[in-house]
Amino acid sequence: MTDNTSKLSVNFAGVEFKNPVIPASGAFGYGREYENFYPLSVLGGISVKGTTGQRRNGNKPPRIAETSGGMLNSVGLQNPGIDYFIENELPYLKTKGTVIIANIAGSTAGEYREVAEKLDKTDIDMIEVNISCPNVKAGGAAFGISCEGAAEITKICRAATKKPLMVKLSPNVTNIADIARAAEAEGADAVSLINTLLGMKIDIKTRRPILKNNVGGLSGPAVFPVAVRMVWQVSNAVKIPVCGMGGISCWEDAAEMMMAGAKIIQVGAALFSNPMAPVEIIKGLENYAGDNNLNNLQEIVGSVKVWEQ
Amino acid sequence: MKYVMGQYPVISKSNLAKDIYDLTVLCPEAAETAVPGQFINIKAEGFMLRRPVSIAGIDRENGTLRIIFEVRGKGTKEIARLNSGDMIDIIAPLGGRGFDTQSYETAVIIGGGIGTPPMLPVAEKFGKNAAVICGFRNASAVILQDDFNKTGAETILCTDDGSAGRKGFVTDALDDVLKLKKPDIIYACGPKPMLEKTAETASQNGIPCQVSLEERMGCGVGACLVCACKSIRDGQEIYAHVCKDGPVFNSGEVLFDD
Ligand SMILES: Cc1cc2nc3c(=O)[nH]c(=O)nc-3n(C[C@H](O)[C@H](O)[C@H](O)COP(=O)(O)OP(=O)(O)OC[C@H]3O[C@@H](n4cnc5c(N)ncnc54)[C@H](O)[C@@H]3O)c2cc1C
Ligand SMILES: Cc1cc2nc3c(=O)[nH]c(=O)nc-3n(C[C@H](O)[C@H](O)[C@H](O)COP(=O)(O)O)c2cc1C
Ligand code: FES
Repeated sequence: MTDNTSKLSVNFAGVEFKNPVIPASGAFGYGREYENFYPLSVLGGISVKGTTGQRRNGNKPPRIAETSGGMLNSVGLQNPGIDYFIENELPYLKTKGTVIIANIAGSTAGEYREVAEKLDKTDIDMIEVNISCPNVKAGGAAFGISCEGAAEITKICRAATKKPLMVKLSPNVTNIADIARAAEAEGADAVSLINTLLGMKIDIKTRRPILKNNVGGLSGPAVFPVAVRMVWQVSNAVKIPVCGMGGISCWEDAAEMMMAGAKIIQVGAALFSNPMAPVEIIKGLENYAGDNNLNNLQEIVGSVKVWEQ
Repeated sequence: MKYVMGQYPVISKSNLAKDIYDLTVLCPEAAETAVPGQFINIKAEGFMLRRPVSIAGIDRENGTLRIIFEVRGKGTKEIARLNSGDMIDIIAPLGGRGFDTQSYETAVIIGGGIGTPPMLPVAEKFGKNAAVICGFRNASAVILQDDFNKTGAETILCTDDGSAGRKGFVTDALDDVLKLKKPDIIYACGPKPMLEKTAETASQNGIPCQVSLEERMGCGVGACLVCACKSIRDGQEIYAHVCKDGPVFNSGEVLFDD
């Protein structure tokens, strides 16, 4: 059997990934729990749980509700804060032989700056700026739903760090391509999308929302076609590379997302039903690259031939 | 915490009461390390999220785990379709903290409704050194009394309507038991109000108490942070996570108001 592992390598925004498959922020913690299933070194990278300036408690439970083909979450960025992350999680992660992406958020522009500045002094490989968390009252999504907000946060983070900067976009907008352009114009090295879609689930017996937060972010297979469409629109709108996610649960989904324009992909909710999902996706993509005689899987990126209108 | 994931054979199935099923799963790797209070996360065909169900029996010799669950919604209905000989997709054993059965000699063990099954392996550890109090809605919901009797423990059955055993709540029976003798520890699993009352009684009597909590879960392993429960650690209010920090907690750590 031929070894197709090397066909999956990709340079994304100046960072070398051994393959394009990355567990998504918030679904994988800091990786420790999944080491029980496979060595983290098989992964292309890890996008770690969203980190803020100070420790955050998160929202009241229940924080999760199952929906048809998906799930809502309202975790609300529970995390131990940037100093704890840098001191206690990052050194460990950096020994794992994979690309480590910090996912950052804040209530104010100043908080984003503070976190980005602190990370700039570490050996983190990349920073993903979350301007799209629908689960926190202040900041978060508020920045991600307007071009001005996206531009402001990108600019502030850009000034704070030389690290490769990837801005994570919200799907809860009218025109996601405009937001992507705003981030690109302020110096983002890449964009990632989609974060979760704002949703709601009501228990018809109690007539109350399942989530204590009333609303939460939808992810999982249910959002996949929306994510593919948005990745396609964004990759046609910007020159910087795109990281695609939203509902990917198998290698076929990953291939589809790449054909829509994503150079690398992230896997979130699929991990809950199948912790092996990222590994199975990597294997599937390797076989696909081999079976189709590709020199490198990147040949399929953006290869969708759309119908002329 | 060390766990396995895979498809394992169901080697027996029975129906204990209306909508309550008892499965034995052959999974030597998990049976080897499982402790009372831990749970397994079951894939229900066609559903995104796995269903957490407590371990109701650990048989190291035969490499089996026993689970007992009630059909509540669509996922458990799907799992209830599995028969002996079918494969069940599980991650097991989960839970960073089970019941600490090592540090105590005598115990009162309390189970309410579908919270009763996880107390069986605890009762087995204590044998005649335990009193077991089980509470159910009515006679038709009563399960596992033979199993508990076999452990050698003194068993007290309560039903809300008095249709079997004594009428009233398990916490009333607990008060009576404590009047006679104070155990080293109280263990409990069941509805939150029952746990809260039990915790209160335990603290009034100065008896340590461990309770097993439930919360809706995503990953089941401690990564996604959805299964939050408010607790006190080092004097600070925090959200602990049922799947990793629990599901068993010292009752003093739990803030029931949330
Ligand atoms: C640690 C732990 C141990 C448990 N042990 C047992 C047991 O031994 N026996 C037993 O019968 N039940 C047990 N439960 C409860 C059991 O997980 C739920 O009854 C079950 O998930 C309901 O699924 P469903 O598809 O039938 O219901 P649905 O309402 O259709 O489920 C929808 C979603 O909500 C979740 N959910 C609904 N109710 C609960 C609940 N009470 N707790 C957690 N998640 C819930 C489901 O997992 C699913 O994700 C336990 C729960 C936890 C957290
Ligand atoms: C439980 C949970 C927590 C999440 N937390 C974060 C987070 O902290 N930061 C972030 O940028 N995205 C977070 N997300 C969004 C995911 O990273 C991802 O964008 C989204 O879930 C879509 O991908 P999926 O359908 O594969 O899950 C979270 C998602 C889930 C399910
Ligand atoms: S269910 Fe994911 S942390 Fe507990």
